[in-house]
Amino acid sequence: MSVEAPAKPRLKTSAMIASIAAEGQRTVSAPFGHALSKLAETKQNIVGMSADLAKYTDLHIFAANHPDRFYQMGMAEQLLMMSGAGMAREGFQPWLTTYAVFAARRAYDFLCLAIAEEGLDVKVCCALPGLTTGYGPSHQATEDLAIFRGMPDLTIVDPCDAIDIEQAVPQISDHKGAVYMRLLRGKVPAVLDEYDYKFELGKAKMLRDGADVLFISSGLMTMRALEAADRLRADKVEAAVLHCPTIKPLDEKTIIEAVAAKPGRLVVVAENHSVIGGLGEAVAACLLGSGTVPSGFRQIGLPDKFLDAGALPTLHDRYGISTDQVVARTLSWLG
Amino acid sequence: MTVSATNMPVEELSRRAYNIRRHALKMGQVQGQGYVGQALGVADVLAVSYFRALTYRPGEPEWEGRDRFLLSIGHYAIALYAALIEAGVIPLEELETYGSDDSRLPMSGMASYTPGMEISGGSLGQGLGIAVGMGLGLKRKGTGQFVYNLMSDGELGEGSTWEAAASAAHWKLDNLITIVDFNNQQADGPSTQVLGMGDIAAKFAAFGWHAQFVNGNDMEALVEAFDKARELDDPRPRVIVADTLMGRGVPFLEAREKTHFIRVDEDEWDKAIDVLDAGYAAATA
Repeated sequence: MSVEAPAKPRLKTSAMIASIAAEGQRTVSAPFGHALSKLAETKQNIVGMSADLAKYTDLHIFAANHPDRFYQMGMAEQLLMMSGAGMAREGFQPWLTTYAVFAARRAYDFLCLAIAEEGLDVKVCCALPGLTTGYGPSHQATEDLAIFRGMPDLTIVDPCDAIDIEQAVPQISDHKGAVYMRLLRGKVPAVLDEYDYKFELGKAKMLRDGADVLFISSGLMTMRALEAADRLRADKVEAAVLHCPTIKPLDEKTIIEAVAAKPGRLVVVAENHSVIGGLGEAVAACLLGSGTVPSGFRQIGLPDKFLDAGALPTLHDRYGISTDQVVARTLSWLG
Repeated sequence: MTVSATNMPVEELSRRAYNIRRHALKMGQVQGQGYVGQALGVADVLAVSYFRALTYRPGEPEWEGRDRFLLSIGHYAIALYAALIEAGVIPLEELETYGSDDSRLPMSGMASYTPGMEISGGSLGQGLGIAVGMGLGLKRKGTGQFVYNLMSDGELGEGSTWEAAASAAHWKLDNLITIVDFNNQQADGPSTQVLGMGDIAAKFAAFGWHAQFVNGNDMEALVEAFDKARELDDPRPRVIVADTLMGRGVPFLEAREKTHFIRVDEDEWDKAIDVLDAGYAAATA
């Protein structure tokens, strides 16, 4: 007689690559790869370079369409930055891709001195920003913004969705200088086309207004803030959402004006990043420095710790950045 | 005016090297310090580079048709300034401003400050990788210029150097020539003791490079090595490991206790220049 082990519920995946899209959500496939590919048809000086992660940063789309303009630099992120600098020196506009952890943690000095300090026109687009993989701390770039915000002459972009990415790519290309973009790859949610919105490099945009709460957000947390704002209506809470896809230079004017317009609102900064050194602290410094004091200020972001491995929905809930958590925490702060 | 791959004879190159050493000592004297030991050691390499190997326009340092010369070792700026002065890229009068506020000749080489300075070196281990990107870029443009990269033996300790070494061979960058100044000195002592690299030329060869090891203070050997590196019909990147002597040309500095930063006392600068002059006069008498 065989003894069968009791059936265990199937574990949810902690795989490296997982879509951030909710089940049934409208998505666009590889928006970055397609946008860059299309742009390269008219801009002949664009080249793509990757450190053995073209396939996982959607650069393979570009490589397939422009094979002679794609450079596989091998699993060598320092070299990726250095050779990108060299390419830019020769008049090309290199778009470099890897994971955010490797660009930020491993190749910082090379992006800083070979590229940014030299004012070179290099675009660094990195997948798995913040908590967008269940693979654990080796791949979770929870502090990339904190690391990069300190780098002079680096523009930092944290897009929300496929619409943001599609519109950001040509503008990033037109902006002469070093840019770091947090890349959402694979099946990327499409959300912002439901709003009267256009990406503008360096600008924050009010997506919806509301009297009680002002969410100031970037990246995928703008999507969560919009969902939370919808749901908060059931509790008679009206929430505004100010989307800040450009982290640096920060659109301080728009942020200050939004807070000053209704100072009674609770300000909640929401970001897919550590609460240390990201958008939250940048907004706090901007408000305090300008003497614009809201009735309350809170941060929704990742805790200052190395995070667990696991399925993304589990982890987003655990660390307080799921829509459920955004709603619950906001209600608790409102009392 | 374009300077292009001249057949400058060894005697004339030696005179240029002497001038480069003299300019470097003069700059060192301005500040009472500077990496003059390295400048004296590498002066022959720079003379061959700027008066035998490189194509460039002294009055138009960013001319597209130039060969690129990257100074990966930013602290050798005093040596490159001396060569650029000798080459007519930087006016001789500017020598007096070396290391001073608002000078175009800061103590570490920076591209935005100085004509003829291609990159901001100094964070060691970056020049070779940038050279790889420039080599790829020049190939994309289908033009025939070379990228030269002057690096140090100490930089071989940086892992990024070897990422670049593997890549240059992978991409068959026959337009890339790197010179390793093997003076066997780095911040904490002799390079061979800080992190021994064994046979440097053999290491590069194993990475797929055409490698030459030469006496970096022997003008004839350098000319032969540079000529060969340029003229070789071989799809490999090229390295010239130049075995140099810090302080070369000023015997009391050659003999001084070897450190990364050779100390020169205030009263010794004039003496160093006199000794250099006398040595050159004797050699050419």
